[in-house]
Amino acid sequence: MSILGVISQLLEIVIALSLAPLLIGWVNQWRAWLQNRSAPGLLQPYRVLHKLFNKESVVAERASPLFRGAPYIVFSCMLLASAIIPTLSTDLPLSPAADAIALVGLFALARVFISLAAMDVGTAFGSMGARREMLIGFLAEPALLMVLFSASLIPKSTSLTTIVETLAHRDLAIYPSLAFAGVAFTMISLAENARIPIDNPTTHLELTMIHEALILEYSGRHLALLEWAASLKLFAYSCLGISLFFPWGVAEAHAPLALMLALPTLLFKLAIGGVLLALLETASAKMRIFRVPEYLGTAFMLAVIGVLVHILLGV
Amino acid sequence: MSHFAAQLINLFAAVILMLAFAMISQRRILSLIHLYTMQGAALVAATAVVGYVTHQPHLYVSAGLTFLLKVVLIPLLLHRMIERLDVRWDVEALINVPTTMLIGIVLVIFAFNLALPISRLSASIAGGTLGIALACVLLSFLMMIIRSKAVPQVIGFLSMENGLFFAATSATYGMPMVVELGIALDVLVGILILGVFMFQIRERFDSLDIRHLEKLKES
Repeated sequence: MSILGVISQLLEIVIALSLAPLLIGWVNQWRAWLQNRSAPGLLQPYRVLHKLFNKESVVAERASPLFRGAPYIVFSCMLLASAIIPTLSTDLPLSPAADAIALVGLFALARVFISLAAMDVGTAFGSMGARREMLIGFLAEPALLMVLFSASLIPKSTSLTTIVETLAHRDLAIYPSLAFAGVAFTMISLAENARIPIDNPTTHLELTMIHEALILEYSGRHLALLEWAASLKLFAYSCLGISLFFPWGVAEAHAPLALMLALPTLLFKLAIGGVLLALLETASAKMRIFRVPEYLGTAFMLAVIGVLVHILLGV
Repeated sequence: MSHFAAQLINLFAAVILMLAFAMISQRRILSLIHLYTMQGAALVAATAVVGYVTHQPHLYVSAGLTFLLKVVLIPLLLHRMIERLDVRWDVEALINVPTTMLIGIVLVIFAFNLALPISRLSASIAGGTLGIALACVLLSFLMMIIRSKAVPQVIGFLSMENGLFFAATSATYGMPMVVELGIALDVLVGILILGVFMFQIRERFDSLDIRHLEKLKES
């Protein structure tokens, strides 16, 4: 473990924490522009977080400690997830702690706790949201695993840093399996982040909301933590997509100069990714909940085909 | 350079396979035609790259022919056909897309295993993609089996021809020019005949559902 490694690790955590709400603001702004609305300010998510942190947190009378603890657990899961995804450098002291499979597990842990907390209070919306969330989760997780497998077949390792290092610092090679995995990953991340074909992040309409139904009972600092965790999740997924499919510009170990360059590159890629996300969301319509298994089944199938293509072509 | 080109061919092959899967799960007829056009374009690109790498000018000719036929002419004919049949915005009720997808995966595994020994024998630069081409053919068969409307079945037939063409290109650098020209004309004539056929079906049954044809028995 080098000093540089520790620095890049800390830098990554700080950047994830500070930039995740900005990414949400950026996406919202572009979405508003594309839909011909006047856009909220870029810093609106920070203002919302600030407002929520200063507000009193109201907890239901019957709520168990699980309800109070869940926001902290979810938040720390998302923070750890964004810490182990190599976005700036592949020299991360935390990365041996969790590989690609454990990353999926981290997301699953957060999902389980938020769903339990939503059911804890016993309101109808909470348990409806929890059920839907679990439905999406159990379909999306195998697909995400297959995507990560098809990426990890290339360096023959499930360690995220090894995968990214191999993909970023090798001679230019086209992997057809990654094309399949990329499409599947886009579909999965839209579903996992409660984005438009599956769930509308801005809706509060009772019968269609999923993510909003889960956090309906929360207020004050708990809600702030959950909102922050949601933006961290979007950030983590964007970074995972970038580092798997567009990894150029990630710094190697022992390269301080590359680390300086890695940050602007990451910002540039995230900005483009945000615009693309807004475009995707504007261009598509929300799907009926019964079509979701079909959608995620397609994503799973694409990821499996990616693995198969890799085995057939053997590159 | 040839290493890079081989990877490019593999990528186009993957795109063709992906589009074949997209066709299976697509409900809208208009989107199906767009997907077919894209598949044709990927086929043209793959053929051109193979021609460039192997310095075989006749592959350029066949790429050009494919472009004219499968990216311009046939989609144009299909667009006119659905316009006149008034099925442009039709949405077909597909049953159980996930199951179809799973069958599709099984077909792909089968095709890959089948093609593996053959592609080992092939000295062609794109020999590895034979499995993908075979998978495309089988997937198009699957599409023709599960669809009940006439236009998607025709598109499935055309997409199968795409797969066959790609198989020929990847395994043996394309068929002889005469055969290729013959097949191109066959497809063109085939789609004209099928178009007439569709009008006849609609005139007879007021619908393009193939299931009506089962009632044609004399009793």
